[in-house]
Amino acid sequence: MVPLSYYLVLSGILFACGVTGFLIKRNIITIFMSIELMLNGVNLSFVAFAAQWHVLAGQIFVFFVMVVAAAESAVGLAIIIAVYRTRETLNIDRVNLLKL
Amino acid sequence: MSIHLILFLAFGAVAVAGAVNLLVQRHPINSALSLIAVMAALAGEYLLLGAEFVAAVQVIVYAGAIMVLFVFVIMLLNAGVEEETKGSRVAILFGIPGMLLGSLLIAWVVLRHSGTAAVAVGVLPGQTSGWGDPGAVGELLFHEFLLPFEITSILILIAIMGAVVLASKPPSTPAKRVND
Repeated sequence: MVPLSYYLVLSGILFACGVTGFLIKRNIITIFMSIELMLNGVNLSFVAFAAQWHVLAGQIFVFFVMVVAAAESAVGLAIIIAVYRTRETLNIDRVNLLKL
Repeated sequence: MSIHLILFLAFGAVAVAGAVNLLVQRHPINSALSLIAVMAALAGEYLLLGAEFVAAVQVIVYAGAIMVLFVFVIMLLNAGVEEETKGSRVAILFGIPGMLLGSLLIAWVVLRHSGTAAVAVGVLPGQTSGWGDPGAVGELLFHEFLLPFEITSILILIAIMGAVVLASKPPSTPAKRVND
């Protein structure tokens, strides 16, 4: 048996890695993957709390987070494809204008 | 050291190593593969917590479907090694102290309310927890959470249509017909 705080620390580390990647990365796809990493960190704390209090709703919320993440990644990757088609780059520092 | 703690540390080490590798790699395909490692390790953590349903969905949906989409887009766009550009000075001046401040705030809040944090959770491998089996999850999902479930299905439908519209080629000027 592992204390709940260990799970929370692990989840915090993963979330912090996601935030750092979101801030320091230049490639738009890698930034998007950092967002997924943050969602995974949050999911771990959801499941850990659900296991501690024996409330199944935590697992259901994780399911909903995954569904929303799937929808988000489908739309986001389509936007990335559209951005690449008009600008020929994946570097966000070169995507700094709304209008071409 | 119990077997549970050893497994937790092993999966956690894989997850943290994958997350750090995602940061240090410069090619997006390497980042994507290390993110898959993180997700697989997290599925192991979910199994240790007795959440079999979430572990299976994690592997099938996250490591399977979503990451395949990522890898597919990386290959479709032929994404190369990330190029270096200079960050803004304001971000460095205010970003790092701001992040430290935010982390300290979160740590303070967590430590203040950590009275219950020492309670041990999880199940041993080969043992059932007796409360969170997939059948119970499905029952809860289709009774109490039926409306949110249906709403998310509509959300997924809209997302699919949006993705098709966004990724399809923009209407260009009509090309000359070859036959005419």
